[in-house]
Amino acid sequence: MLTPEERAEIEAEFPHYPNRKAVCIDAMKIVQKHRGWLSDDALKDIGELLGMSVADLDGVATFYNLLFRRPVGRHVIYLCDSVSCWIMDGERQCSHLKERLGVEAGETTADGRFTLLPVVCLGACDRAPVMMIDDDTHFDLTPERIDQILERYP
Amino acid sequence: MPEDRPLTGNMRPDGEALDRAAYERVGGYKGLRKALGGMTPAAVIDEVKASNLRGRGGAGFSTGLKWSFVPATAPHPRYVVANGDEMEPGTFKDRLLVERDPHQLVEGMILAGYATGSDTGYIFLRGEYKLGARRVARALAEAYEAGYLGKDILHSGYSFEIHLHLSAGRYMCGEETGMLNALEGKRANPRAKPPFPPVSGLFGMPTTINNVETLCNVPHIIRNGAAWFQGLSRSKDGGTKLYGASGKVKRPGLWELPMGTTIREILEEHAGGMRDGVRFRGLLPGGASTDFLVEEHLDTPMDFSEVQKAGSRMGTGTMIILDDQTCPVGMVSNLEHFFAQESCGWCTPCWSGLGWVERILKGMEEGRGQPGDLEKLAFQTRFWAPGHTFCALAPGAAEPLQSALKYFRAEFEQHINEKRCPWK
Repeated sequence: MLTPEERAEIEAEFPHYPNRKAVCIDAMKIVQKHRGWLSDDALKDIGELLGMSVADLDGVATFYNLLFRRPVGRHVIYLCDSVSCWIMDGERQCSHLKERLGVEAGETTADGRFTLLPVVCLGACDRAPVMMIDDDTHFDLTPERIDQILERYP
Repeated sequence: MPEDRPLTGNMRPDGEALDRAAYERVGGYKGLRKALGGMTPAAVIDEVKASNLRGRGGAGFSTGLKWSFVPATAPHPRYVVANGDEMEPGTFKDRLLVERDPHQLVEGMILAGYATGSDTGYIFLRGEYKLGARRVARALAEAYEAGYLGKDILHSGYSFEIHLHLSAGRYMCGEETGMLNALEGKRANPRAKPPFPPVSGLFGMPTTINNVETLCNVPHIIRNGAAWFQGLSRSKDGGTKLYGASGKVKRPGLWELPMGTTIREILEEHAGGMRDGVRFRGLLPGGASTDFLVEEHLDTPMDFSEVQKAGSRMGTGTMIILDDQTCPVGMVSNLEHFFAQESCGWCTPCWSGLGWVERILKGMEEGRGQPGDLEKLAFQTRFWAPGHTFCALAPGAAEPLQSALKYFRAEFEQHINEKRCPWK
């Protein structure tokens, strides 16, 4: 069941589109914001409101980089692995994060605190290397800076 | 307003966005008042055509001409979509525009809506642009409050709504028909053209799609006229351009300069030249999907026609600089990994070829290069040519690869012959 809050947020999108199916990406983002990821049950809940099957929603969800069909940690680290960051030593930042967190790309730390996801260019190439953690963008990364930044995400 | 920098000259030095009052103080919404107060939609289109505004998303198509493609008798609702997906690697210009002056975009969209007789606009923004999203949402609320959006705008009889859509993330969303599918709640696969979006686009209705930077120019053109806009430029293409530089330059950044400023001026005067200890090798002039240019091209003016003559594309105008301490094969490998990952899987040359190329390049970097690899790579770039696929992803992926094979051939051969990356 969608919570009243989830339902209200999704329904607030209805007037923006001529049909309910068009709302499905917004709807999945809303539910993911509340639950962290999109379980089969979550898709079923959304599907009932929008008149869509779980398979239809899964087809859409699996296309998009920012919709998660598996559980993630409390904080998601989005590390840019595109060209400008790569030139500016982005791979070193990636190795540092993997080593520091004890995970490979795409994995979640054993304590459930962080998930490490390499992502496409974050559009801040003049301040490369760049990563986002949750909603915050962090620039000009070095291993030392990364260590300090991680402390802010308990 | 600093007359020579209409897009960025009014931005606040503290990094905050201009709110409605501040935007109005520097002439904001005057273009809209002028258009709704006495210009016909056709007159707005004519003014934009005469300004030689060309699409800033990378293709450089005439904006006025694009708007004229919506037939006068086309059914309603008609849509305008602002493409703010900005997932082209190395590109960071629309971020600035949405974060710092969102009303400029909103006014440009209303003008585009009026010119094309549209009813509804969508701002399609990257999901990762959280700050931009908050600021655009606030600007939309302020515009509704002031009567610039909604029913009977400024008592003109014209009505227009704008909604903000935050993407769930995929490079394909920046391709215009992929974007339409994403807005319809589908996978962002491309559509076959024809029908073209002005005839049958979003939800099957007439749709005009413009890049954020393109739309931001429109209020200034309507307010100050086509001749003024053309006068900002040093080339046939009108206006200024947001140029950027990233990589190992002294001052990476973004600058609004006259269209047609040379690569050398951007690189040396604005970006400060190369960092100490590294030398210039080449550059991608406007994002990942543009051909490399090298030393001999540095005096090329950055506009759509001149960069094309030099064998590349201006693309988004944000340059990515390759230096001599960075492996060109590694750089191309990074680029092709990106394209392979972001391919939507719709067309065979793209999904099949990109994965293959990605593996060949990775192999070369790891000392597993084989004789014949370069011929395979060259074959793939031809296989990805325009016309072989529904969209421009694979043709775009060919550009940095085919030009790297031309300008950095010796380095590719060295990887194969020495069975290692000489930069590692």
